[in-house]
Amino acid sequence: MPEMTLIEAVRQAMDEELARDDRVFVTGEDVGRRGGVFRATLGLFEKYGPGRIIDSPLAELSIVGIGVGAALYGLRPICEIQFADFIHPAFNQIVNEAAKMYYRSNGEWLVPLVIRAPYGGGISGGLYHSQSVEAFFAHVPGLKVVIPSNPRDAKGLLKSAVRDPNPVVFFEPKKGYRLIKGEVPEGEYTVPIGPANVSRPGRDLSVFAYGMMHYYCLKAAGTLAGEGIDVEVVDLRTLYPVDKAAILESVRKTGKALVVYEDNLTMGYGAEVAAILADEAFTSLDAPVKRLAAPDVPAVPFSHPFQEWFMPNPDKIAAAMRELAAY
Amino acid sequence: MATYVIMPQLGESVVEGTVSKWLKREGEAVNEYDPLIEVNTDKVDTEVPSPAAGTLLKVYVPEGTTVTAGALLAVIGQPGEPLPAADNTPLAADSGGVAHTPAAAEPARAASAQRQRDLGFISPVVAKLASEFQVDLQQVTGTGHGGRITKKDVQAYLGQRPAASAPAQPAAAAPALDELPPWEKPGEGDLFRPTELQFAAPPQLASSAAPAIPLPSTKGVPPASDFQPLASDFIPVEGMRKLIAEHMVRSKRNAPHVTTVFEADLSSVLAHLTANKDQFARDGATLTLTAYFVAAAVAALKAVPIVNSQWTDEKILLKRELNIGMAVALDEGLIVPVVRCADEKSLLGLAREINDLARRARARALRPDEVQGGTFTITNHGVGGSLFATPIINQPQTAILGVGAMQKRVVVINDAIAIRPMVYLTLTFDHRVLDGALADRFMSALTAALQDWR
Repeated sequence: MPEMTLIEAVRQAMDEELARDDRVFVTGEDVGRRGGVFRATLGLFEKYGPGRIIDSPLAELSIVGIGVGAALYGLRPICEIQFADFIHPAFNQIVNEAAKMYYRSNGEWLVPLVIRAPYGGGISGGLYHSQSVEAFFAHVPGLKVVIPSNPRDAKGLLKSAVRDPNPVVFFEPKKGYRLIKGEVPEGEYTVPIGPANVSRPGRDLSVFAYGMMHYYCLKAAGTLAGEGIDVEVVDLRTLYPVDKAAILESVRKTGKALVVYEDNLTMGYGAEVAAILADEAFTSLDAPVKRLAAPDVPAVPFSHPFQEWFMPNPDKIAAAMRELAAY
Repeated sequence: MATYVIMPQLGESVVEGTVSKWLKREGEAVNEYDPLIEVNTDKVDTEVPSPAAGTLLKVYVPEGTTVTAGALLAVIGQPGEPLPAADNTPLAADSGGVAHTPAAAEPARAASAQRQRDLGFISPVVAKLASEFQVDLQQVTGTGHGGRITKKDVQAYLGQRPAASAPAQPAAAAPALDELPPWEKPGEGDLFRPTELQFAAPPQLASSAAPAIPLPSTKGVPPASDFQPLASDFIPVEGMRKLIAEHMVRSKRNAPHVTTVFEADLSSVLAHLTANKDQFARDGATLTLTAYFVAAAVAALKAVPIVNSQWTDEKILLKRELNIGMAVALDEGLIVPVVRCADEKSLLGLAREINDLARRARARALRPDEVQGGTFTITNHGVGGSLFATPIINQPQTAILGVGAMQKRVVVINDAIAIRPMVYLTLTFDHRVLDGALADRFMSALTAALQDWR
C-alpha cells in the first residue's frame, strides 16, 4: 500500500469522487488555480476545469449558501472553508438551513453537502487560524460531524461524506496535514461514517480522542507501554452521530476513561462522552471520568510559550494517563 | 445495687444505635420508666426509659456517639456506689435494656474501631464486583491511590481465591432457567410452550377406545371384595405447615372473600421485556414478568389506594407504604418475601430486588424483617398451569392478586381476530373494606398499566 500524507489522502478522495460523479464540484476561497491555501485541491482545476473547481468570494456565508442551494438542486457540492475559524459567518446556513431542511420538508428535500474545514492549533496560527469548533456543530441534529486522524480514514471518510445524502461537516487536523503519514489502500474503498475505531487495544484505561489529539494519544500510549501501563486508545472519528456502543464497550472493559480534545475544556466534546459514561456505564467505573483539554481562554495564544501552555501534547497526555492508571 | 443501662437492640437487624440526647444529667435523680435517653438507629428513633429508680451516677457514652447494641451507656444507683472502669462495657447476654450483672467487660469503642479497616472510596465497579462475587472487601489488598481497592485488585483477589469458596456464579446476572424459583419462570418464556407440553396429558380412561398399551388380561383378578385397603399414613403438622393452616383458616373466617377476574394482553410487556432484557442483564438483573406485575400493581394501588389498607374493628387503616409481597412456593410450604416501598423503585430496582429475594428465599436465607410488613400480595399460581384461581387473602392485608398462566389466545381486536399472549388476573379482596366497583377500578388500572406498557 502506498504511504501518503493526510492532505494527499484528502486530495485523492476529492479527485476520485470528482471523476466518479459529475454532480460533484468543489468551491471555496483560492481552491482553483492556487490549489487551496493548504494545496488540498492542487491540480484539480487543471483536471476538471473552472466549471467544477470554483473560486469563491471571501464570504463563507455565500460559500455554504451556494452549497446548500446546489445540493437542493441535486448536485454534490464540497465547500472548503479555508480555516474552521472562519466558519462562523456560515453558521446560519449550516445550522438553520442545511441541518433542518430534511426535517422541515418532512423528508422531501435532502442536502447532500460536504463542508471541509481545517481546524486546530499548535501551528503558531494565533487567534484566528487555530480554533477547534467541532462542539458547536456536534450539538446539532441533522448534521454529521467527522474528524479523521490518519490518511486512510481521511480518504475513506471523505468519500463516504460526499456520497452521504445528509450535510456532513468534515474537520481536518491541519497540524497533521503533512505531519501524519500512513498507508492508504489502493483502489476504491470507503470508511463508514458512524463507527469509532479502537486503534490500540489495552486493558488498563480507555482514552477517547479524535483528529490531532488521537495522534498524540497513540504516542503517549506508546510511552506508557514501556512503563507497563496498557492503554486502550479509541479514535472516535465520527463525533455525531456518536458511537455510544464503542465508548461503553471500552470502558466496561477497562473501568477508566480519559477524553482528550484540544477545544476549550468546558462544554467541549469530552463533556458528552463523560455524560454517556456516567449515565450508562456507572457501575463499570473504577475511577472518575477525566478530561484533558485546552484551558478556558478565548483563543489559542500567538506567543509560542503560551501556545504550548494552551495545547495538550503527548507529555501532558501521558501524565494524565499515568495519574488515571494509578487511581 | 447499681443498675447498668445498656444500648438495647432496637430491631431485628439493628446492631447499633446513636445516643442522640441524654434526657437526664449525671447526678440527677430518676424514677423507673422515666424517659432517659433518645436513641437513633437507621430504622427507628426512640426514647429509652430508665430501667430503675435512683441517681444517674455516670454517663459513659456522650451524645452523638454510635455504639453497638449491648454497650454500656450509664449506671444508675445510689450516690457513693463503686462504678465500673470508664472504658468497660458489659455486653449483655440478652437485651431488654438492662443488665444487672456486668458480663465479661469489653471496651465498646475499641471493639468498633478494630471491627473494620477503613476501605476508603469504593468505586461503582468495585462495589458491583464485590456484590456479584460476594467478596469481603476487608480481605482485598488495595493498590490504588491512597490504598484504594481498584477493580484490578478485586479481580486479582478473585483469581487467587480458592475455587471452593468462589461462588460459581459469574452467571449471577443471568441464572439458568432451572435455577429460578418456579414463580420467576413465566418471564423466561416457559409458558410459550405448546399447551400439550405445558399441561400433563389427561389420564387415560379405562373406557377409552383402543388404548395404546394393551391392558393386562382381567382374567383371574380376585373379586373386589377381597381387596385389602391400604393403610393410611399420618403426616405430622408442624412448623411452616401449621402456621399456614392457621393463617388460612383465620383469613377465611374473618374476611368475607370476593374474587373478580380480569384478563390482560401482555404484548406490550413482552415487547418491552424482549427489548430490555439484555440491557438489564448487563446491569446485573434478570428481567422477568414478575417485575412488571409488581410495577403494574404499584400503579393500580396508587390509582385506588384503599386496596392498600387493613381492616381493624373500628377503622380502616390506609397504608402509606406500598410493600408488595410475592408468594414463593417452597417444598415445605409457602413464603412471602416483601419488596419494600415498591413505588420508589424503578423496573431495574424491582427486578434486582426480586432476583435477590427469590435467590435467598430458595436458599432459606431471608431475614425475618424481609417477610413482614407487606401491604399487598401477588401470587403467581400460573406457574403450575393454573388459568385463574381464588387465592386467600394474606392477613392483615385487604387484597391479593392472582396471576394465571400466560397463554396465546385468540382475541377479537377491532372486529379482527388476533393471537395475543393473554393472562387471567384475579383480585380476591376483603368485602368489609371495599366493594366490587372499587376492586374493578383497581383491576382496570392494573390491566391498563400492563397493556399500555411502554
